[in-house]
Amino acid sequence: MSDKTMTTDEVVSRLHSGMTLGIGGWGSRRKPMALVRALLRTKITDLTVVSYGGPDVGLLAAAGRIHRLVTAFTTLDSIPLEPHYRAARERGAFELTEVDEAMFMWGLHAAANRLPFLPVRAGLGSDVMRVNPGLRTVTSPYADASSGVREELVAMPALRLDAALVHMNRADRLGNGQYLGPDPYFDDLFCEAADAAYVSCERVVDTAELTKEAAPQTLLLKRSSVTGVVETPNGAHFTSCAPDHGRDEPFQELYATTPYAEFAARFLAGDEQAYQSAVRAWHKEQR
Amino acid sequence: MSPASTPAPGAPAAAVTRAEYCVIACAEAWRDNGEVLASPMGPIPSIGARLAQRTFSPDLLLTDGEAMLVGLDGTPEGWLPYRRHLAMVTGGRRHVMMGASQLDRFGNQNISCVGDWSRPTRQLLGVRGAPVNTLNNPTSYWVPRHSPRVFVERVDMVCGVGYDRAAAAGPSATRFHRIPRVVSDLGVFDFATSDHSMRLASLHPGVTVEQVREATGFELSVPDEVPRTREPTPEELRLIREVIDPGGARDREVRS
Repeated sequence: MSDKTMTTDEVVSRLHSGMTLGIGGWGSRRKPMALVRALLRTKITDLTVVSYGGPDVGLLAAAGRIHRLVTAFTTLDSIPLEPHYRAARERGAFELTEVDEAMFMWGLHAAANRLPFLPVRAGLGSDVMRVNPGLRTVTSPYADASSGVREELVAMPALRLDAALVHMNRADRLGNGQYLGPDPYFDDLFCEAADAAYVSCERVVDTAELTKEAAPQTLLLKRSSVTGVVETPNGAHFTSCAPDHGRDEPFQELYATTPYAEFAARFLAGDEQAYQSAVRAWHKEQR
Repeated sequence: MSPASTPAPGAPAAAVTRAEYCVIACAEAWRDNGEVLASPMGPIPSIGARLAQRTFSPDLLLTDGEAMLVGLDGTPEGWLPYRRHLAMVTGGRRHVMMGASQLDRFGNQNISCVGDWSRPTRQLLGVRGAPVNTLNNPTSYWVPRHSPRVFVERVDMVCGVGYDRAAAAGPSATRFHRIPRVVSDLGVFDFATSDHSMRLASLHPGVTVEQVREATGFELSVPDEVPRTREPTPEELRLIREVIDPGGARDREVRS
C-alpha cells in the first residue's frame, strides 16, 4: 500500500487554473486553511470553488482567484458577514451559483453516487430558481397514494469536483482520515465527489493509533477516496478545529478588519511556517 | 447576579420590558408543537425556546448551538451534526425561527443580498437553509427592529418562500409549507387572512397600531380589535431574569 504523504506545495502543484475545487469544513470551522494559503502562493486562478463558505472563500475572492463560486452562504460564524467576500461580490468580482444548504448537500451526494442529479423539494418557489436558470425540475414517476399527485421536484445537479481539499484532526499515511470534533460537516462527501482529494491534518499517526482511544465511527475518510495526506499542525488556523484548537477569535477579528493587501503582506508573503510565526508574533504584540 | 438586581422578598418585581414581551411572543411560537426540534436564531428566540421548553412545551428538543441535542441542564441527549439537522428539516420534525433582512406581506424572506442579485449593493449571508426550511417545516421569523426597510413591498431575493410564491410553485411547494408567525419588537403577526397576507395578531403593550403601520412598508391587515401580547406569568419572569438570561442578552437585542 502506498504512502500518500506529501507537502502542501506538492498538493498545489497538482492543481491548475480553471479547476473545480471543493473545500470542506463549514463557515469558519475546520477549513483546510494551510492548503488555501499554499494555493494563494501559486498563480492558480479562474477557479470554480464549491464550499460552505468561510474565510477560504474570503481569501480566494479577495485575491481574485475565483471565477465562479458555488455556495449557500459565506460567514465567519462569530462575525456573521465575511467582509472580503462581501466586498468582492459587491464589485462583481466573480460569478455566483447560489443554492440552498440542502441542495448543495444533495449535489455532493449525487456526485459521490455517480448520479447526474438528485430530487429535492428545496428551491421550489424561491429565487434560487430565478438566479440559476439552468436548474430543472423532475416529475415523480410515482403518484402519491392519498392525493394521486405526482410531485414536481427540483433536480439538483451533481457537484462533481476536480479536486477536494479538507482538514482532519488525524490521518494515517494511507489516507484514512479521522475527525475528533462534534461534526463531520460534509468532508467525506467532498472527497467522494472529487477526482482527487487532498487531506491536511493536525497530525499524521500510525493506523493502529487512530482507534486506540477514539471510536471507529470517527474514521470519516476512507483511503480509497483520498489522494494525498499532508501534516499541517494548526493548519486550520484561524478557523476552529475542535478538539485540537478553537477558533482564534482575536486573529479572525484582525483578518476581518484589515484590508486584504495589508493582511496578505504581513501574513501570506512567506510559506506556512512563516505564517504560523507571524501569527505568534502578532499575538505576542497584543499582550 | 448582583444583589441590587434582585428585589427583596415581597417587593414588586420590575416592570415587564419590551424585550420580555418579545421573549414571550417567541416562546408562544412553539406552544403545542410536540416533540420537535426548536431551532431559534438570535438571542431573544433562543431565550423564548428555552422558556417554552421549561414551561408549556416540555417535549421540545434543543441544541447546544453545535452538534448536540441537549436537555435543560445541558446534558447531551442526542447527536445532530449538520447533515442530520438537514434530515430533521426535510422530515418536518422541526420548527425554526429565522431572522429576516427583508420580509414581505406574504412572508417571503430575504437574507441573501440587498439590491440586484447579479451585482448587489449589499451582500448579506446568502440563502442558507431558508429555501429548504420553508418548504419542509414550520418557519417563523424574528425581527428585532421593525422598520420599513425590513417589512418591504417586495424582497430583493426570495430565500424563505412566502405563501404566494409557494402557491404559484404548486403542490410540492405547498405540501408542508407553513409560516406560523412573525415576531418583531412591536408585535406579533400571522397570515390568518383569506389571501394569506400578513395580519397584525397582537401588539406588545405600549405599542400603537399607528406605530406599526408607519414601520411597515406594505399594507398590513389589521383587525378591528387587536389584542395585546400576553403578560408573562410571575414564574416565567423569574425564569427569564434569573435562570435563562441573567446576563440580560435580551435587553441588548431589544431596548426598552
